[in-house]
Amino acid sequence: MIPTIPAELLRLLIFTVAILAFVSLNALILVWLERKLAGHFQVRPGPFEVGPHGLLQTLCDGLKLMGKQLVAPAAADKRLFWLAPILAFAPVFLCFLPIPFGPTLLGMEFEIGVVLILAFTGLSVLATILAGWGSNNKFSLLGASRAVSQAVAYEVPLLITVLGIVMYSGSLNFSEIVAMQGSWPWQWNIMLQPLGFFIFFICSLAECNRAPFDLPEAESELTAGFHTEYSSMGFGLFFFAEYTNMVIVSSVGTALFLGGWHGPFVDGWWWFAAKVYFLIFVMMWMRWTFPRVRFDQLLNLSWKWLIPLALINIFYVAVLVKI
Amino acid sequence: MTFFEDIRQAIKGLYSLVIGLRITGRALLTKTETVHYPRQTVDNIDTYHGHIEFVPTDAPDHYSKCIACGTCARNCPSGCITVEKAVLPPEIGEDGKPQKPKKAKYPSLFHLDYNYCSLCGHCVENCPTNALRFSTDVYLAGFSREDFEYDLIERSRKALEDKE
Repeated sequence: MIPTIPAELLRLLIFTVAILAFVSLNALILVWLERKLAGHFQVRPGPFEVGPHGLLQTLCDGLKLMGKQLVAPAAADKRLFWLAPILAFAPVFLCFLPIPFGPTLLGMEFEIGVVLILAFTGLSVLATILAGWGSNNKFSLLGASRAVSQAVAYEVPLLITVLGIVMYSGSLNFSEIVAMQGSWPWQWNIMLQPLGFFIFFICSLAECNRAPFDLPEAESELTAGFHTEYSSMGFGLFFFAEYTNMVIVSSVGTALFLGGWHGPFVDGWWWFAAKVYFLIFVMMWMRWTFPRVRFDQLLNLSWKWLIPLALINIFYVAVLVKI
Repeated sequence: MTFFEDIRQAIKGLYSLVIGLRITGRALLTKTETVHYPRQTVDNIDTYHGHIEFVPTDAPDHYSKCIACGTCARNCPSGCITVEKAVLPPEIGEDGKPQKPKKAKYPSLFHLDYNYCSLCGHCVENCPTNALRFSTDVYLAGFSREDFEYDLIERSRKALEDKE
């Protein structure tokens, strides 16, 4: 039987299972790490009692979350309400597909991998909108409306900076973009386009709704924003999606700007993982340092600073390519 | 000129963000202050103000300087103190009849319901004989409300016994 199954299909199947396992484990560890870092940034230990240094805390929290009742508000649009968390989580598999974790360790070789990722990360905004609209709750709706204008504002500079990399490498294929960069830090794209990386990083923070740009779920203003009405694993899936999105944007940043799986001495997936988790660490560091921006500040930052800077960056890249 | 002023402001703002990161980064590397309670306890509890207790004395059978005037109970905004004067055994008067029993200058009962106490300290401040003080009982835990109702006379007696 086995020889009749196409190798490509088998590879996809293994990839799906592996990614599912990775995503679940990653979410558990990142939530723990987030709480632990939040603690240590405030000179307290964070979760400590469950397991060694609180390592099993998120596992227990997850089990508790699964044991809870799934409740939908009476006046909610039930179909949209339950579609939203699934839609938030579903594109994750597609987004991991073209990311090269190692020289041969990737789901599928895509000629247009960059476009694929940019297209499907945009879907998470749709999930946020559906959640906010379907909940029939003013906080959720406000969170959703914020998510829309935030996404529109920050997709633009993000796309322009990514375009800079694509122009420089002449390829939309992640593997080729990574292969063009060398092993040592001064051979990475970040050395040529530091401004591009800076803008990309800020935009990716805003894209996955991380503090200081977490306006769609601003706890102090909107209770929990778009996921106010969600309980049990409905909320759990949003949570999963948030932490997985962090990995995705960090992976894209690593592949585009930080040399991917290249690294000093021995190339391999370990360099990729180290860079991704370093970027995630910086995101958490920023979350526990900076206060949330006001909404007009958020939009001003994008339209008045990031987009002009991104345009300057792409002009600079164009000159660079011609030389 | 506002264009250059805006740029200057932006650079200044960015620098302030870096300062913020440096402060939290330093906090990340400092040792945590938390005392992990069941396994560790704090040692400097001298300044801790817990529930009230009697200032220890060696006075017999009530173990305090309390004169049972009831000022503490009257001043308590939460009404959590109950004081009862002790009643002396009736004496035989000159006419051979038992006289009206006299009230003693010490309490027979001093009951504190710590559940309602707000630790305002009015009782301690208003005590005419300075018989009350704050205890240093930090590690209080119990399974029922009754665990936090104290008989202070009994408490002083036990403290004296433990000392001896």
